[in-house]
Amino acid sequence: MSAQHNVRSVNPWGRRLLIGLALLMTLVVIVLPLLAVFAQALSRGWEVYVQNITDPEALHAIKLTLLAAAIAVPVNTVFGVSAAWAITRFRFPGRRILQTFIDIPFSVSPVVAGVMYLMLYGSGGWIGGWLEQHDLQVMFTVTGIVLVTVFVTSPFVARELIPFMQAQGTEEEEAARVMGASGWQTFWRVTLPNIKWALIYGIILCNARAMGEFGAVAVVSGNIRGETNTLPLYVQQLFDEHNMAGAFAAASLLAGLAVLTLVLKSLAEWKQRRNLAKI
Amino acid sequence: MSIEVRDIQKRFGRFTAVDGVNLHFPEGKLTALLGPSGSGKTTLLRMIAGLEQADSGMVLFNGEDTTHVHVSRRGVGFVFQHYALFKHMTVFDNVAFGLTVKPRRERPAKAEIENRVHRLLQLVQLEWTANRYPSQLSGGQRQRIALARALATEPRVLLLDEPFGALDAKVRTELRRWLRRLHDEIHVTSIFVTHDQEEAVDVADKIVIMNHGRIEQEGSPEEVYDNPASPFVFDFLGQVNRFYGHIRQGQAEIGDWTLPSPEHAEVANAPAVAYVRPHELEVHPDSDPATGVSLAATLADITSLGATIRLELVAPESQEPIYSELSKEAFVQLNIQTGDTVWLRPKKARVFLQPRQRAAQAA
Repeated sequence: MSAQHNVRSVNPWGRRLLIGLALLMTLVVIVLPLLAVFAQALSRGWEVYVQNITDPEALHAIKLTLLAAAIAVPVNTVFGVSAAWAITRFRFPGRRILQTFIDIPFSVSPVVAGVMYLMLYGSGGWIGGWLEQHDLQVMFTVTGIVLVTVFVTSPFVARELIPFMQAQGTEEEEAARVMGASGWQTFWRVTLPNIKWALIYGIILCNARAMGEFGAVAVVSGNIRGETNTLPLYVQQLFDEHNMAGAFAAASLLAGLAVLTLVLKSLAEWKQRRNLAKI
Repeated sequence: MSIEVRDIQKRFGRFTAVDGVNLHFPEGKLTALLGPSGSGKTTLLRMIAGLEQADSGMVLFNGEDTTHVHVSRRGVGFVFQHYALFKHMTVFDNVAFGLTVKPRRERPAKAEIENRVHRLLQLVQLEWTANRYPSQLSGGQRQRIALARALATEPRVLLLDEPFGALDAKVRTELRRWLRRLHDEIHVTSIFVTHDQEEAVDVADKIVIMNHGRIEQEGSPEEVYDNPASPFVFDFLGQVNRFYGHIRQGQAEIGDWTLPSPEHAEVANAPAVAYVRPHELEVHPDSDPATGVSLAATLADITSLGATIRLELVAPESQEPIYSELSKEAFVQLNIQTGDTVWLRPKKARVFLQPRQRAAQAA
């Protein structure tokens, strides 16, 4: 406290300048564009807005976006928890390599991720060729969209859990095992309650990205209207067709989902802080 | 239940934590595993618990091979240094945990669990904490809860890993006395790990001193304190003065001292160290070679430790300062001051041959 107080008294103008700058940047860069989306979406009135978002193609895009998230999030939750568990609870050869591999979807540009999947599953691709022989198509279908979404969002839960579980140590789990608890009992009754809030935080971030992903999905979807269009792709399409009101209406839906996610995230953070304070 | 380990070994990478240890822990006794950090004592304890797998060797419970029995089936109670209480559970749920995870047919009825938890909380004198969370308790209280939790499943053996290590000095002393009384009440075979020799001497029936993954000495507290088997044990158990000299045919010659050393009778001439405890080193104002008061030293400092006085002395036969402890009255009778030359005689000394690296250090 006293250190803070010193800074304050030594240079009040520097402090005010920094705060002002931060607020201004937030306003210009983040808040104004967000407001613009909603303002534009509603610029032709409520009725047009409702019409735009209840358009069958829009509804299909919403459904597809939610479907991709509904598959990618549980898959990556299970993956994240298992990977974090393996990395923080066991010593095995390749542990570090696994940890690096988990980060690949973060470090690779989503467009590249899309192209990678196209190479692999597209006609003439390593797996794609075999799939074609068996009359199975992955690229330019919902399956392809779900696959790349899973890829792009795979690190979120694991990344959130690994440092948290490392910091927590293994003593509580060991204590449970010594008292005769099975592996499952230890997981459900000791591990999971301990990592609960970090896990929820990871899931929320994973979900936000799953719904918002554009680049990778754009490559593998083939943009077939009413079939393989997710919300972000749909926005882009309407925009290209100069249907501004429609584009902004669809964008407002995405933005709304994002805001909702942020609210949930803040709630999770607040809960976690309160839990830590209790300890 | 008695416990035995046979030729047990454990490595972590290139580091050998436990190096071929053979030990027997008698039934119903409280044994201390004592040693500096890295001596392998915690690893040994964890192998007995089943939290760590031995690379080779055996663990036997009551003569039965338990080496490959899973930790959850060994029926041990384990107390961790940092308590390891479940933060998200109340004290009651913590203590009840071991009972509630039992398979349905072995699990006691709810009322019985409640009964048992309350009896255990009574035993550790913390009944009023049943509905609190661990975060609301002090360190000493948490460790008592951890002990109650470890006892809930009626373990055949109780293992404690530096149970008082995270507590402050006063609470530590109280708690170890309390543990001793508790053990006298319930008589479960117990092993506890500590690096604090005072704690080991105070609490244990038997002490095992470990160093570099091996056993240096085992025995009752009196045995190991009065007859240390090696220079390491001498150093580790309390303060000690070292005097450097030679052994010639069963006689140690340390400066002008001649100390009988019959156990080295066959040694013709070798560097040696005499170990003398501060309270067994006499200080005299005048020399008396006939009775062995023959080693000259300079009095460098006088410190009062309450009822006893500690003298700091300097002599050429030791590189380190020499300490002597005596009562206040004895000190007043000596009538000596800092800077005076005084004469020393050991009431009791142990002579060890100087290992080569020790000789190099001294040189």
